[in-house]
Amino acid sequence: MSLLSLSNVSVRYGRLTAVRNVSFSMAEGEILFITGPNGAGKSSLLRAIAGVTPPAGGRIDFEGHDITGQSPEDIARLGISMVPEGRDVFGGLTIEENLMVGTGMHAHERGWKARAATELEAVYATFPILKERRHTQAGLLSGGQQQMLVIGRALMTHPRLVAIDEPSLGLAPNITDQVYERLIALQVERKLTLLIVEQSSTRAMMAGGRMMLMRGGEILLDGDARALGQSEAMQAAYFGYGEH
Amino acid sequence: MGSLLQIVFDALALGSLYALAALGIALIFGVMRLVNFAHGDVIAFSVFALLWPSVDAVAIVFAGNLPWFLLIPFALAIGAGLSVLSEIVVFRRFRRANPATMMIASFALGFVIRYFLLMLFSSRPKSISLLPALSQPVEIFGARIPLLQLITIVVTIAVLFGLIAFLRRTRFGLEMRAAAENFTMARMLGVRANRVIMGAFALSGALAAAIALILGSQTGTANIMMGANVMLMAFIATVIGGMGSLAGAVLAGFLLGAVATVMQVILPPDARAFRDAFVYGAVILVLIFRPQGLLSARGTKERV
Repeated sequence: MSLLSLSNVSVRYGRLTAVRNVSFSMAEGEILFITGPNGAGKSSLLRAIAGVTPPAGGRIDFEGHDITGQSPEDIARLGISMVPEGRDVFGGLTIEENLMVGTGMHAHERGWKARAATELEAVYATFPILKERRHTQAGLLSGGQQQMLVIGRALMTHPRLVAIDEPSLGLAPNITDQVYERLIALQVERKLTLLIVEQSSTRAMMAGGRMMLMRGGEILLDGDARALGQSEAMQAAYFGYGEH
Repeated sequence: MGSLLQIVFDALALGSLYALAALGIALIFGVMRLVNFAHGDVIAFSVFALLWPSVDAVAIVFAGNLPWFLLIPFALAIGAGLSVLSEIVVFRRFRRANPATMMIASFALGFVIRYFLLMLFSSRPKSISLLPALSQPVEIFGARIPLLQLITIVVTIAVLFGLIAFLRRTRFGLEMRAAAENFTMARMLGVRANRVIMGAFALSGALAAAIALILGSQTGTANIMMGANVMLMAFIATVIGGMGSLAGAVLAGFLLGAVATVMQVILPPDARAFRDAFVYGAVILVLIFRPQGLLSARGTKERV
């Protein structure tokens, strides 16, 4: 059974249709890259999955339950953790406070405090720089550190699926390398399911896994990242050669 | 020396009222970008809730006769309850509306509360005696300070420290701070929007009731318009302080109290009637030089 599945999902902002009848599904433990040019509807698709922009049509299932139109907090509580574009750290909160915000969803469970503490140590072990600066205001961190913080923050909620919007945005290439290295290691270690949106297909080809190409609100290609990345169909689809 | 001290206490006491009211407005603005103009009417309602409905000039004190250790929690619960109710009945439906729409809804709600009180109590101010033990003066360094003034200042400081501790040390406080910075992101981390917003309204309403108790004891009257002036000053304090900044709201509240008190003293007697005009003039000056407020809040940028 697939972990996440979308059927005929559309997202509209007023009269503008950002996502048009998109269907796909993800298996547990899979890495899926969604690439495509600016304005392809990638971020809108993620916002629909996270419940921030409820879909105008179609249906989204997570672990076999219909989550279409549910609130962002309910979707987060089911195990979908979102890392939005531009990182969105809580700048006035310390690093540790940022990490702790998402643990509240388990506050009704027994022993959640001990588990949150273990989780915190695990995140600190993955990103030692965060531990070093744990009492620093998050707004003062560099872009790379903020990216690590929001990934750590997403992990603190014990997610089944992590959706990340443009983790490389505004980062130097070597910092992006570090972020990806940790992400892939985490995915293996925790058997996470990862949905990553990137504008370029380069990262997807380097990391491997499955890749989809979006343009104009639709999915044009879907396949193995390395194979797709080298194909001419990819180039054509990305830039829209030879259409119309 | 004595009179200088008197001025300092006057300024602190007036500033306390403004600061408490400004906090009530800033708390709600922080989590939902709503300037709640019904806040002043929640203050008035909290006083009238202690009275039995009548149109007589002398109030029939009802719950107001409770001993103080019951009276205070009762009043705070009334303020918090009305405030939460206004969220559930009115503001919840406007959550996705733009801030101007929400503001107009708050004006409307304020009128509903005010005319409800008018219907039950008439517009005539009523004399009441709330916590009468507090009006006797105490002598400090030759200045005669009303006990109530002292208590107002101490209570305000206690509330401020309590609020800081609440926001910094509790899970709910953490969620409120996160939501105030970026509501959508907080929700994507599982923070329940309704819970946080209702919490902000409850706190804000309890603060309004605290002001109601202080004002009621201070002036000895209950008037359906009694919250209006405080509300206006408090709104100005939140603007000067930087919308959404709690520290800024408190600071500006005390500043306004100080300016108003000092004006009262230094203005020539003929001009004292126009004190508020001078205070608002000073406000305009501040906003010309710092349009973003004294302490501008993080995360008040438009969220999509």
